[in-house]
Amino acid sequence: MENLNLFIRSIFVDNMIFAYFLGMCSFLAVSKNVKTAFGLGVAVTFVLLIALPVCWTINHYILTPGALSWLGEEYADADLSFLGLIMFIAVIAALVQILEMVIEKYSPGLYNSLGIFLPLIAVNCAILGAVLFMQQREFSNAWTATVYGAGSGIGWLLAISCLAAIRERLNVKAVPAPLRGIGITFIITGLMGIAFMSFLGIKL
Amino acid sequence: MNLKKTFLPLFNPLSKDNPVIVQVLGICSALAVTAKMEPALVMTISVTAVLALANVIISLLRNTIPQSIRIIVQLVVVAALVVVVDQVLKAYNYEVSKALSVFIGLIITNCIIMGRLEAFALGNKPWPAFLDGIGNGLGYGIILLIVSFFRELFGSGTLFGVQIFPQSWYEAGYMNNGMMILPPMALIVVACIIWVHRAYNKDLQEK
Repeated sequence: MENLNLFIRSIFVDNMIFAYFLGMCSFLAVSKNVKTAFGLGVAVTFVLLIALPVCWTINHYILTPGALSWLGEEYADADLSFLGLIMFIAVIAALVQILEMVIEKYSPGLYNSLGIFLPLIAVNCAILGAVLFMQQREFSNAWTATVYGAGSGIGWLLAISCLAAIRERLNVKAVPAPLRGIGITFIITGLMGIAFMSFLGIKL
Repeated sequence: MNLKKTFLPLFNPLSKDNPVIVQVLGICSALAVTAKMEPALVMTISVTAVLALANVIISLLRNTIPQSIRIIVQLVVVAALVVVVDQVLKAYNYEVSKALSVFIGLIITNCIIMGRLEAFALGNKPWPAFLDGIGNGLGYGIILLIVSFFRELFGSGTLFGVQIFPQSWYEAGYMNNGMMILPPMALIVVACIIWVHRAYNKDLQEK
């Protein structure tokens, strides 16, 4: 029940895009058509789903103060938390590299349509952001972290698909010249964010 | 003329080639830390410092980094610099460090940094790269400060935590606009800045 609540909250209330603005760069750049946007969303969800439990394990058994006590008494007061950022970014970069090879082998079509944005998932703030939020909230087990990763990923997928659908329609509308392109996209994202705020306070 | 050319990397990013509203880089943090002016200022300083130093380091290494692993090298350099900034901030300004929460760590994945390293530092000498880093950091900071100025002034009635509107206004019925504090308003304020900026710079408009 606790986990279901976390799942729903991370999709709608703590949405990566609308509540924290994480992963905005690729969100704005890849949302020109629905198909590519959906493919990128799935890839991001997949990386989040794996990265969170892996990073949780690293954080819990290596990084937090006193975490190394399983090695022996003399390591009990070691505090490696300052290494967090470097460890997490290394894990994420490695995962993205693996994902890239898998997609290239099994789905060349998707690989070609994502292009440069596939390796750039490594520097997508949504992923490192979710990992850092996971560390900050001190989840009690790896399962909770996985649920949070899945929820954040699906929330991001939902947001980018919606925006891509709106932008496809927008191509045929008369937008004031200075606002065309990036300006109107910002306003739409803002309005979608206000709409998403109506989910605030949802509890199961 | 020569002097102007030397300092081009410093002044260009302030308006014509602004990283946030023209190159559309580093949006995530630009929006998330702008509810108050103080975190926005600290974020500006942190990003400028990391960007300038990373630009110089990558520029010095540019002839020795193999093409295929350059992203990883860049990430390691940036991550090391961000760890230093994070620790300094925790030591000297714990309150702001708490307010910025994960966004200091997220400087690593800030697209401005990766974008400038890829586009400028890999092909230029250290001194222009340093100026480019400072220039882009300041260009990013200008937008952050403008957005947080409006959001803090109308959202909380304060600037840098100092009350601006006199108490008598509130007694006469003036109210803070709570909407400005909400995350979506940051996007709309940035959109207004883009609107004004592009209305004056017609060559930037998209067709």
